[in-house]
Amino acid sequence: MTAPFDLRRPEGGRIDRARAMRFVFDGAGYSGYAGDTLASALLANGVRLVARSFKYHRPRGIATAGAEEPNALVQLRGNARSEPNIRATQVELYDGLVAASQNRWPSLELDLGALNSVFAKLLPAGFYYKTFMWPPGFWHFYERLVRRMAGMGRAADASDPDRYDHRWAHCDVLVVGAGPSGLAAALAAGRAGARVILCDEQAEPGGSLLGSGATLDGAPAMQWAGAVLAELGALPDVTVLPRTTAFGYYDHNALGLVERVADHAAEPLPGQPRQRLWLVRARQVVLATGAIERPLVFRDNDRPGVMLADAARTYLGRYAVACGRRAVLFTNNDHAYDAALALHAGGVDLAAIVDLRAEPGGLRVDAARARGLRVIAGRAVTATHGRSSVTGVDIARLQEGSDLAVLDRESIACDLVLNSGGWTPSVHLFSQSGGRLRYDEATGAFLPGRAVQAVRAAGSCNGAVALKDCLKQGAAAGAAAAGDCGFAAAPPALPAAEPEPESAPMRLLWVVPSDAPVGHKGKHFVDLQNDVTAADLRLAAREGYRSVEHLKRYTTTGMGTDQGKTSNLAALAILAEATGREIPAVGTTTFRPPYTPVAMGALTGRTVGALLDPARWTPIHRWHVRAGAVFENVGQWQRARYYPQAGEDMHRALARELHAARNAVGIFDASTLGKIDVKGPDAARFLDLVYTNSWSKLGIGRCRYGFMLREDGYVFDDGVTTRLADDHFLVSTTTGNAAPVLSWLEDLLQMEWTELKVRLTSVTEEYAVVTLSGPFARRVLTELTADIDLEPKAFPFMSLSHGTVAGIAARVFRVSFTGELSYEVQVKASYGLALWNACMEAGEKYGITPYGTEAMHVLRAEKGYVIVGQETDGTVTPYDLGMGWIVNDNKPDFIGKRGLRRADLQRPDRKQLVGLRLEAGERRKLPEGAHLVADRDAVPPMPMLGHVTSSYWSVALDAPIALAMIKGGRARMGETVYAPLPDRVAAATVVEPCFWDPEGKRLHG
Amino acid sequence: MKRYSIFSLARNALSHHEDWPQAWRSPEPKPAYDVIIVGGGGHGLATAYYLAKEHGISNVAVLEKGWLGGGNTGRNTTVIRSNYLWDESAHLYEKSLQLYEGLSQDLNFNIMLSQRGVVNLAHSEHDLRELSRRVHALRLNGIDSEVLSLDEVRRLIPILDCSPAARYPVLGASVQWRGGIARHDAVAWGFARAADARGVDIIQNCEVTGILRDGGRVTGVETTRGAIRAPKVGCVVAGHASVLAAMAGLSLPIESHPLQALVSEPIKPVLHTVVMSSAVHAYISQSDKGELVMGAGIDTWNSYAQRGSLPVVAHTVGAVCELFPIFGRVRMMRSWAGIVDICPDASPIISRTPVEGLYFNCGWGTGGFKATPGSGWVFAYTIARDEPHPLNAPFALERFSTGALIDEHGAAAVAH
Amino acid sequence: MLLIHCPWCGPREEVEFRCGGQGHIARPADAMDISDAEYARYLFMRTNPKGWHYERWNHVHGCRRWFNALRHTVTHEIRATYRPGEKKPPLPDGTT
Repeated sequence: MTAPFDLRRPEGGRIDRARAMRFVFDGAGYSGYAGDTLASALLANGVRLVARSFKYHRPRGIATAGAEEPNALVQLRGNARSEPNIRATQVELYDGLVAASQNRWPSLELDLGALNSVFAKLLPAGFYYKTFMWPPGFWHFYERLVRRMAGMGRAADASDPDRYDHRWAHCDVLVVGAGPSGLAAALAAGRAGARVILCDEQAEPGGSLLGSGATLDGAPAMQWAGAVLAELGALPDVTVLPRTTAFGYYDHNALGLVERVADHAAEPLPGQPRQRLWLVRARQVVLATGAIERPLVFRDNDRPGVMLADAARTYLGRYAVACGRRAVLFTNNDHAYDAALALHAGGVDLAAIVDLRAEPGGLRVDAARARGLRVIAGRAVTATHGRSSVTGVDIARLQEGSDLAVLDRESIACDLVLNSGGWTPSVHLFSQSGGRLRYDEATGAFLPGRAVQAVRAAGSCNGAVALKDCLKQGAAAGAAAAGDCGFAAAPPALPAAEPEPESAPMRLLWVVPSDAPVGHKGKHFVDLQNDVTAADLRLAAREGYRSVEHLKRYTTTGMGTDQGKTSNLAALAILAEATGREIPAVGTTTFRPPYTPVAMGALTGRTVGALLDPARWTPIHRWHVRAGAVFENVGQWQRARYYPQAGEDMHRALARELHAARNAVGIFDASTLGKIDVKGPDAARFLDLVYTNSWSKLGIGRCRYGFMLREDGYVFDDGVTTRLADDHFLVSTTTGNAAPVLSWLEDLLQMEWTELKVRLTSVTEEYAVVTLSGPFARRVLTELTADIDLEPKAFPFMSLSHGTVAGIAARVFRVSFTGELSYEVQVKASYGLALWNACMEAGEKYGITPYGTEAMHVLRAEKGYVIVGQETDGTVTPYDLGMGWIVNDNKPDFIGKRGLRRADLQRPDRKQLVGLRLEAGERRKLPEGAHLVADRDAVPPMPMLGHVTSSYWSVALDAPIALAMIKGGRARMGETVYAPLPDRVAAATVVEPCFWDPEGKRLHG
Repeated sequence: MKRYSIFSLARNALSHHEDWPQAWRSPEPKPAYDVIIVGGGGHGLATAYYLAKEHGISNVAVLEKGWLGGGNTGRNTTVIRSNYLWDESAHLYEKSLQLYEGLSQDLNFNIMLSQRGVVNLAHSEHDLRELSRRVHALRLNGIDSEVLSLDEVRRLIPILDCSPAARYPVLGASVQWRGGIARHDAVAWGFARAADARGVDIIQNCEVTGILRDGGRVTGVETTRGAIRAPKVGCVVAGHASVLAAMAGLSLPIESHPLQALVSEPIKPVLHTVVMSSAVHAYISQSDKGELVMGAGIDTWNSYAQRGSLPVVAHTVGAVCELFPIFGRVRMMRSWAGIVDICPDASPIISRTPVEGLYFNCGWGTGGFKATPGSGWVFAYTIARDEPHPLNAPFALERFSTGALIDEHGAAAVAH
Repeated sequence: MLLIHCPWCGPREEVEFRCGGQGHIARPADAMDISDAEYARYLFMRTNPKGWHYERWNHVHGCRRWFNALRHTVTHEIRATYRPGEKKPPLPDGTT
């Protein structure tokens, strides 16, 4: 008996053995070291079974050491910070880490979902398209079962407590990947003086050097990497971002990066974001994104302990973890021998090297043989054994021209199956950039071809294999990128790499035969995560899903969280074979962002909660808050809707406010209405063009109500505009349309009527506006001003006076949206609150009462005044509103003039604005939005006349009132129409849309 | 057509699924057909299917420049509903929804129609009013739709943030229970298989490069695989309608934009209805596979590139996280874009054209998937009879001259 | 994510801008004399080319100025941006 073999090797690796970290997986406690990933720590603890597969719930282990991991997905952390589907291979171990396996019940060891395996024969690719159709309509029930089985991890059970930042950055050269190529590129560009950002997804830069044990200039390569990083760190214009994944390549050389600021700890430090999203605009980009080893597709290649060869080397070299005690390497290429030799040197018993090639040769093979390793050529692994861990493999000789391998069969016991099918360059970002890919026959891989954006690929993502070539390509790309940015750059001197033996050609065998036809025994997995097998792919091809996109969608290959990083190429090749085409003719699937999944919180950044959208408050807002107002959102504005007093509900508060406005005096904060200052010699001409009515003859100090139309003739906005001087107007807009109106007017002035001398300024927030409305409005104002003559003759309706109100310089507009005597007092915004307070004080003895938007709505509806966006919906003309008087057709031109003349806008049966009165004694309002019909007994689908646009309880009339848009409404005065409601049919009489003071005595009073 | 069923699955299991027939043929194009449909997306395939099934016209070719279902059919967020504001739209989309309800059986292909309900959230008094208007209209049109109180919303979607302290608190909602989602690819494949079985030739990798005319009438199309003749040509090429129209000397009231969508990693079921919020700009459902499926707004500039900008996606994700704060740590797995043809009134064009025998079905904007069977059904009628069905008569090109637009933008922003 | 050269402010991120659709659409001077169909061409019909596109942009979160651009609708390359009133640049050679 030899001494027990400790999976954590006694020395080596880049872990900090002085800092032990405790962690929990599936409830059991383990220990690892700082520098471990969750995957390396689990492997060191001998944990093989870490997951169940998506469809068949097969036991799965850790297959890779990086972002391409298809199997080892865990639920990380807990409660509000719980995260599903996290790759154990990318989780940095921290003390107290808690993780759990997913998609299994009741436990990982005993998962009843594995019953699916029993029915696997009934569940080929796309089975669900062929069944669950009977009885009709029952998919709903099947779906419940399907949904429960599907999904993987769980969303957190509470709101994410962490914060995310966004950052925009610009640089000359962005280098993606800090392996040997990326470091060389960054060094070249940095030395030239370029502004460089170097990002890498791992905690520690170095890429492949971290685990390969390579040397440079005779010293461990990481020493060189350390020196480069030190130099880069000293350069003022170089930013190195570890733990940062470039996930998306967008137009005009913009890239999205996500920096995991605090994911390597249990929770972020106070004030620290969890992640930061970088939007980088780079003049030049160097992609040094490396390559991913490709698994071989052989029977039952999914058991825990089946692993990529280079991953095992990484675990040993970087984390000092032996992934098993006795290994078999299964390869089609030379390079995997390096991994085997490293493992052998690390103390792993290497039982055999099974090489698909009949006559492997070269220095690497010789080296293996020289160490006494058994190289079995021209054979294949035809089966694996074991349940929660692999226990052995069967091998057999390959026969030319046969789909079976049955000769020279042999079984080898092992607990680790390394496999390597060659390397797939990570061309994801290059492809996203729009660059073309070209297929390389020798390596069976797509390589970057013609670039479309300012981007270069270097190193193994560009097909380089030897370390010296990676360095050289990186340095050249970095220097060229800096050169293209105008910096004099030369590739830096590079350290010498060990000479690497020439590689013998690999043998591309996309599906490895076994002793039975593919699909008859066991499973040849291509996409491990989605449980897609070679047989599934062939089935899809057979059924006519010959486009690679059809293949993906039909079989779900490459659609998992790994997006097919280890499977896409094999799937493509199998499809090509099955359809008798070459791989380039089949094409490749589109690479789409993100490269690896990105937390939705990171994409969101800070724009949630209060920062979702700015809240706009008037200068008087604080008063409304103190008064206990209930607010409503109107666009971004928060407006007081009503002011309930103790014990009042909305109805009672509203009744009180309405009563005051009609019988005493109400006060209203109208500051939110849009205000545009229009100035210039052509101001009147301009307004003539944008409003339907005429402005040239409006007297100075006079106000006029106007409609703006769109070019198609429909109402766009309305408001009162005042002439301040010959060349100066103040336009008011609705609250919600202030910005669109300004934008539209600017568009017209800048692009259409460039000859007009007019300047526009938004002054919405410059002024506060307090409306006094009601029979006592004049009395209140009289108490507050000495220099404004309020006599009706001196200050008539629809005019403006300047003066002081409550000692504050003010413009006072005598306009009304309530039908009562009203004054709108406009002062500089900073005086708004003072004005309001003064009005409240002066008005106290007159019963002054603040009213909100709800009362305002009722007051205006009683008068039949329309609200744009309530009575109108983008399909309503001034004529439809019964306001043809506002359209001056004699003007040669105005926006919307021609549009109004179109045939459909002239129809007599268009929907028109009317009022509705209910039957006497009816106390129930019509619901707003209720539709009206002519026939009381109609049944659905029934012809409709139109709908109720506004409906209120009128305190003044002590009855419900409504406004409606109905077909041919003007001609229906006196008719009865019906609103079929869920619980009744309400009858209403069509009346003129004005319920209060139709002669307008009160507002002129 | 060999029928699909649990029994055929079992039977084929015995032969290791090695005897399944092709779902559809890949024939060489014939020199001439009775009707050519340009565009092998869902709408085009549905048109061909209904031409054969409803009108007995099976000498039909569907020409697809790439792979069938590869345009917006395979890129949308799979939502199906008929709760449109205007009668014209409501009737058209309702026809489509009714066809969807029997489609799996009709096509013998499970399109996985999941009528889990479509919920539209209201965040302001204005939203509530508009939502009420829509629900009342739908009800009188005989289309299911109802208003949900805040409490009902809370019970239906427990993970939705219904806090009154939210920036735009949820005030209520409407729901169409018959709305839901379906498997988009399956709709294309199902129509393709069923159309093929009725004799329709589906020809992939065949790009139309010209529209052949003789005087004022169409005689066929020029393609990358040669000229193909037909007295009637129907164009259903979402994303490229203007390009096809230009080949016939026509211009359309259409602009093409990128429309992006994204999915998260699959998670266990947490969201059981489709949720839409026009105020917060979120649009989300959860697929049967467990992915959260989210639709973004359009990128505002014209493009034919199936590529959009990251901030547009980020904005949508932000809106989703605002409504569903537990999704902050769920991760976006894949994002993509389609090209949508937008009409000025956000309603489609299903119409004859000034060229005799040439028909266009386009301009579905962001909402074409839900219309797939209905669109194909009325378009087949229009082509077969050379006149529109009453359901699509309002959607003719002429409306842009007369002004009788069907403005489905939703009512203008609140203004008071 | 476009990088747009505002003729007044210089290169800025796309998020600062709003696209105003097709450019150089003349507002008909004789609008009252033309048919509904002809007027519809002005109101609604768009060239919507797959290729180079003259279009309008507004630097809405910047200087608020409008300008024109020549941009390719497949590559998204912006060949030129120019101020209103400036002559529109020719279409790049050999393309449509």
